[in-house]
Amino acid sequence: MDSYESAPQHIASSRLKDYFIGATPLQKRLESVRKQTSFVPTPPRRKIPQCSQLQEDNDPQKVAFLLHKQWTLYSLTPLYKFSYTNLKEYASLLSAFIAAEKQKGLAVEVGEDFNIKVTFSTLLGMKGTQRDPEAFLVQILSKSQLPSENREHKVLWTGWFCCIFGDSLLETVSEDFTCVPLFLANGAETNTAIVGTWFQKTFDCYFSPLAINAFNLSWMAAMWTACKMDQYMAATEFLWSVPCSPQSLDISYAIHPEDAKALWDSVHKTPGEVTQEEVDLFMDCLYSHFHRHFKIHLSATRLVRVSTSVASAHTDGKIKILCHKYLIGVLAYLTELAIFQID
Amino acid sequence: MSVLRPLDKQPGLNTATILLVGTEDALLQQLADAMLKEDCASELKIHLARSLPLPSDVNRPRIDLIMFVVNLHSKYSLQNVEESLRHVDATFFLGKVGFLAMGAGQESHCSIHRNTVTKLANTYRSPVFFCDLEESQVTRFFRGQAPAHTTDANRTRLSPWPVPDTCPPGP
Repeated sequence: MDSYESAPQHIASSRLKDYFIGATPLQKRLESVRKQTSFVPTPPRRKIPQCSQLQEDNDPQKVAFLLHKQWTLYSLTPLYKFSYTNLKEYASLLSAFIAAEKQKGLAVEVGEDFNIKVTFSTLLGMKGTQRDPEAFLVQILSKSQLPSENREHKVLWTGWFCCIFGDSLLETVSEDFTCVPLFLANGAETNTAIVGTWFQKTFDCYFSPLAINAFNLSWMAAMWTACKMDQYMAATEFLWSVPCSPQSLDISYAIHPEDAKALWDSVHKTPGEVTQEEVDLFMDCLYSHFHRHFKIHLSATRLVRVSTSVASAHTDGKIKILCHKYLIGVLAYLTELAIFQID
Repeated sequence: MSVLRPLDKQPGLNTATILLVGTEDALLQQLADAMLKEDCASELKIHLARSLPLPSDVNRPRIDLIMFVVNLHSKYSLQNVEESLRHVDATFFLGKVGFLAMGAGQESHCSIHRNTVTKLANTYRSPVFFCDLEESQVTRFFRGQAPAHTTDANRTRLSPWPVPDTCPPGP
């Protein structure tokens, strides 16, 4: 912005300086877009996921169904005029919409029970700070045809919306909008598409699939290895895809979780935080070890999957969370990625 | 011997030599082919190298411009470029070096953050160009942060010294 830098009048330039000191994040972002700098340079440090206070309140039983399931990730723009008091109404509207779509023949599955029930419910305690909006859950259940006493509702599809430490987004939107940038879905793709269409029509929002690139996967690997665990349930595993023709090769590398933690501890310096240098060093140690044995440069390939005892993530935007203790920490990072994608 | 210096040889008459350094052989080859097809006022020679230092036993003309090619999908290519930068004399960085960062368009495949390359280029006071090669043409070009005086990547001639011939001046 040459005009600001070469402002001849002292009064004018000082007024502009004041403007930028008090600028909101939105104004700062617009300014940096004009200067063509990238607004969010990769933060040099992030906090290691810890048990947040709010998480202590939530019942492990209630959120147990969120663990050990593969979720497909989407980023979602803020919802316009969404109200937590109208959840029952939304459930019936969505249920009618799904029934209509199925009758149109757009999502016909042979043998599917057309009697479905949709529920909307809030998930208490799934937030980072008090400012974050409540997370909510949408489920599509099938109603059993048999008029028996114990009607088992089979869950066909689950999707939930949350926002963990979403301050950077919350500050920029007005009161009418509800920000729940992270959407996780489990179940048939067709159902995800139908629910997505309904939300997009009703609340004027936009879903887009959240891919996780190799750079972010290596951050996840480092942060999750850094988490203190009493008991390791699974080995730490990485999967790389080698770009070659005609078919790409996959290289899988599994490490004993305690060895991974020992390596991380030798690299780690600042307690409670993870820096870019530490992540790079951690990954470089793995690469050079592999190179010494197999003479293959893993750094020239693409990291596609990371799996630890805390969680596992795939570059296509699929995540599985295995540990209740660090649920909020994992979701916080994913929320950050979702917000970054929305911007 | 192992350090590249800009003025250790005589300039060629009506020629310009560019050195492309990078690990991705296919990318370098495509880029070189595309550049050679462009119209150039003088004769253009392009040398390709995986890394520096260059072997000293080969007789090569004076190098006028070095472009370091980094593939954002591969951390290895960045490490290679960082290693090679050590074998370039400091005076080369007075306008005779540039960085090309490829693959920023496919965000999902990136292993290196764009800012890492921008910071590297700023450390060496050289321009960085973000680009992608599609088919056999350089289709998209947009500049990273760069000082105003550097020339556009389409022009292959870059010489701050007056060339002793009848070439028209640069843009």
